[in-house]
Amino acid sequence: MIDQAPAIVLLAPFLTAVLVVLVGMKYERACFPLVLLGLSFSVAAAVQTILQVVEAGTLRYYMGGWPPPFGIEFRIDGLNALVALTVSTVALISAVYSKNRVPEENGDKISIYYTLLLLVVTGLLGMVLTGDAFNLYVLLEVSALTSYALIAMGTRRATVAAFKYAIIGTIGASFYLLGVGYLYIKTGSLNMFDIHEVLVAEDLHRSTTVLVAFILITVGVWIKMAFFPLHAWLPNSYTFAPTTTSCLLGPLVTKVMVYVMIRMMLTVFDPVYTFVQLNWGDIVVWMAVIAILVGSLSALAQTDLRRMLAFLIVAEVGYMVGGVWLANTAGLVGAIYHLIADVFMTLCVFLFAGIVFAKTGKREITATHGLFAKMPLTMAGLAVGALSLIGIPPTAGFFSKWYLIQGGMASGHWGYVVALLISSLAMAVLFFRIFEYALFGVKPAEGHGDHHAGDQGKFSEASASILLPLMGTASLVLLIGIFNQSIVSIITDFLVQFNLADPMFR
Amino acid sequence: MTPPAIISITPVLASLVSLLAVIPIILLGRRSNLREGTSFVAGIVKFGLIASMLPTIMAGSTIEYTLWEIIPNLAIAFRVDALGMIFGLVASSLWIITTLYSIGYMRGLKEHAQTRFFSYFAVSLAATVGVAFAANLFTLFLFYEMLSLATYPLVTHHQDKEARSGGRTYLTYLLTASILFVLPSLIYIFIKTGGGLDFVAGGFLEGRIGGTEALVLLLLLTFGFAKAGIMPLHSWLPAAMVAPTPVSALLHAVAVVKVGVFCILRVYSGVFGIEFLSDLNLGVIVTWIAAFTVVVSSLIALTQDNLKRRLAFSTIGQLSYIVLGMALLTPKGVTGSMMHIAMHAWGKITLFFCAGAIFQATGKKYISEMVGIGKRMPVTMAAFFIGSLSVIGIPLAGGFWSKIYLLWGTVEDGQYAMLAVLLISSLLNAAYFFPIAFRAFFCKPEDSLFEAKVEEAHPCAVVALSLTAVVTMFLFIYPEPFFALADAAAQHLMNL
Repeated sequence: MIDQAPAIVLLAPFLTAVLVVLVGMKYERACFPLVLLGLSFSVAAAVQTILQVVEAGTLRYYMGGWPPPFGIEFRIDGLNALVALTVSTVALISAVYSKNRVPEENGDKISIYYTLLLLVVTGLLGMVLTGDAFNLYVLLEVSALTSYALIAMGTRRATVAAFKYAIIGTIGASFYLLGVGYLYIKTGSLNMFDIHEVLVAEDLHRSTTVLVAFILITVGVWIKMAFFPLHAWLPNSYTFAPTTTSCLLGPLVTKVMVYVMIRMMLTVFDPVYTFVQLNWGDIVVWMAVIAILVGSLSALAQTDLRRMLAFLIVAEVGYMVGGVWLANTAGLVGAIYHLIADVFMTLCVFLFAGIVFAKTGKREITATHGLFAKMPLTMAGLAVGALSLIGIPPTAGFFSKWYLIQGGMASGHWGYVVALLISSLAMAVLFFRIFEYALFGVKPAEGHGDHHAGDQGKFSEASASILLPLMGTASLVLLIGIFNQSIVSIITDFLVQFNLADPMFR
Repeated sequence: MTPPAIISITPVLASLVSLLAVIPIILLGRRSNLREGTSFVAGIVKFGLIASMLPTIMAGSTIEYTLWEIIPNLAIAFRVDALGMIFGLVASSLWIITTLYSIGYMRGLKEHAQTRFFSYFAVSLAATVGVAFAANLFTLFLFYEMLSLATYPLVTHHQDKEARSGGRTYLTYLLTASILFVLPSLIYIFIKTGGGLDFVAGGFLEGRIGGTEALVLLLLLTFGFAKAGIMPLHSWLPAAMVAPTPVSALLHAVAVVKVGVFCILRVYSGVFGIEFLSDLNLGVIVTWIAAFTVVVSSLIALTQDNLKRRLAFSTIGQLSYIVLGMALLTPKGVTGSMMHIAMHAWGKITLFFCAGAIFQATGKKYISEMVGIGKRMPVTMAAFFIGSLSVIGIPLAGGFWSKIYLLWGTVEDGQYAMLAVLLISSLLNAAYFFPIAFRAFFCKPEDSLFEAKVEEAHPCAVVALSLTAVVTMFLFIYPEPFFALADAAAQHLMNL
């Protein structure tokens, strides 16, 4: 059983999805417990997997016992073990949050909603775990198609947003598939590690075909991760989707694509090729700078809470792409650590937006009016997420910024360093605006002594099923920050094999 | 040779005790007497813990404790030395008195959200003592940011329009400066040195960075710790005066602002090293920046009619005294600078207590409305007079000693321009303080705005301000504890 842990991570949500659709036809109330059960299994298996990886190093798991390069191989190292655990944990937290929200927002399609939710999780986990480039495409489409449906179940405008996402997303996926096709022509293999070996052994890194493959894959992945200026699909999709959908997809989809980018750049194409031979680092980091600035500043212009958060995701993607392309250890550690930290920070603020929507029925930022008095615990949860996004110690976001800035300074990218700092300030403005509404109300009283105004409202905290996920996520954000050393040591262990300290990487 | 460092968890507890006190404060929220009792107990325990370390520090040793290595080669660590001790003693002892004063003030005015007030006050004190005992730049930064955030709800306590804009200014200045200037400098130093960031007497940057880098880092760190109120990053302090007076008194005359100058002193002495700064001749630049602030803020203070704002500008000037004294880079200047942390704290908190007591008893905020108030509130105004003596630096109050040392420091190295600046500033201080006390007591009966009937503020407030006034005078007669600590710290830092 324990040897099968990597497969269980993926199969638990998948099999539960089948079960939910069958059971849900008759007993709709059984869906939620089943989903929880399935995802708990997945989390447990992911924990088991990461423990094994930390103890024994890279795990190789052959699906169905077929050896590579013919069968599908899961090769699990520190990087994807960490990301898989993150994905399954977020899925579980969003599932808890969904308990009352799905019946309320999508009451007529509970079993369908949960089936799709589990499938999207399966797809995301599969992309993280698989060692096969084509298999990754299949799982990419599994998660993408289900996420279009999950988004379209939102408000009326969500339908249009989902359609736009479907078109752009499909283009991105096609780019990726095309790139994999080129690689297959040149190397005759689809297994990532096999491709890498052939590329190195036959000195294919000079080939134009491989260059085209790299460009296609990179652009495809950038489209899917909403890297500016390829981000147009993202804001509306996460704004108008059902709140559970935004809590699940908002943090995860872009981050998993960042993972795919890192995997492709390091494992498939080799860092010497991507960083030294191509030498595009400067251009891409400047693109990331623009993404960070545009994302942060556009967020300032929003009046809809979730739309504001959606633009923050665009900025955060810039953080990570920039960090990776800095091409030094600190930058990569920062990017990967930020990937994990940011998932939970984003989840934290999206859960907050969900709670505000659940309690007030409003989507505007001004709906947070007077919440410090009404819902102090919820506000405390938001405060942790917000401080982490701003980058205040000892939350997780501070440490990711620490490593990223360290990477930026080490390779002399001062533009990137400044962009990170400006973005921190923009986030401070964004979130202190919310704190001000929550503390003072939208229109504060004039003069001293008016603070007993009736609109402060009575204490009325959110119900446990939506509050506990927020509290849990907030504590995770703190824990990931305080125990950042243990995560960072897994990441550095993973990065050692690429020998990034070599002076050729600057 | 100094005795070896002692490993003990006491400094951690000293910081933590007020953080833990938040839990009972919130739980006892409805029973206000027990709630304030908790604040007192926490304050006394905190002071006791800090005072218990005094003999060790006086003996020339240090107390260290490493809590947690949070980033490779970088730990959250505590270290108590003479400089930290001065600040820790001042902050923790004044917290006890301020709690007493707060009870009088907050209950006298029937303020709302008192539980929140006392909770965040306790958190702020935990951060302040954390800064005082931080062993490295990282820990210092951590508590520095914690203090900025914990004081925000206190500044905006009234939750009205004025509080909102004051709070905005407050956070904008403090957060922007620390994120934009301090954080990158921190990481840059970390890269250059490969870790540690531990404060060492004599600094650790010498030989690792060049002259230009040193100048840039010095300016970034001097202005980055905006809590020190060096112009042009001073406007947050007058804006923060919208807070209830106990907050202005303890936090914006002692804890928060002194944290700012304390950070600067730490950076100059423990990161750059006094010798390194004086080799590069960087002290001169800082003395001129500080001198500018000293003179200009005193001139602005002259024009303020709002008493708390006048005190705020006076504080800005006095903070720059401390920075100026350090930047003189002479033994007496450094000693005077450290003593001034303590001496100014006792004097200025008395003045703020008086301003709050006047507001609580009469509702008056403006100096022009205080003609003849000495007849109505004689104790308060007498205390005010003593406090102003100390801030101006006239005998019979503790401020005299620190000022003498600062003046001595300028002469020691022949920096007569700075001598002139300090003397001019003292005259200006006298010009903006004496008229207040004078017109309160000696005005023609027909000009007096108050009836000649004694009616003081809430007794708790009066006791608190009398206490600080008495201590201010006592420090003139017996400056020994702070003097000995400052002298020991200066000796240690300058490797004498």
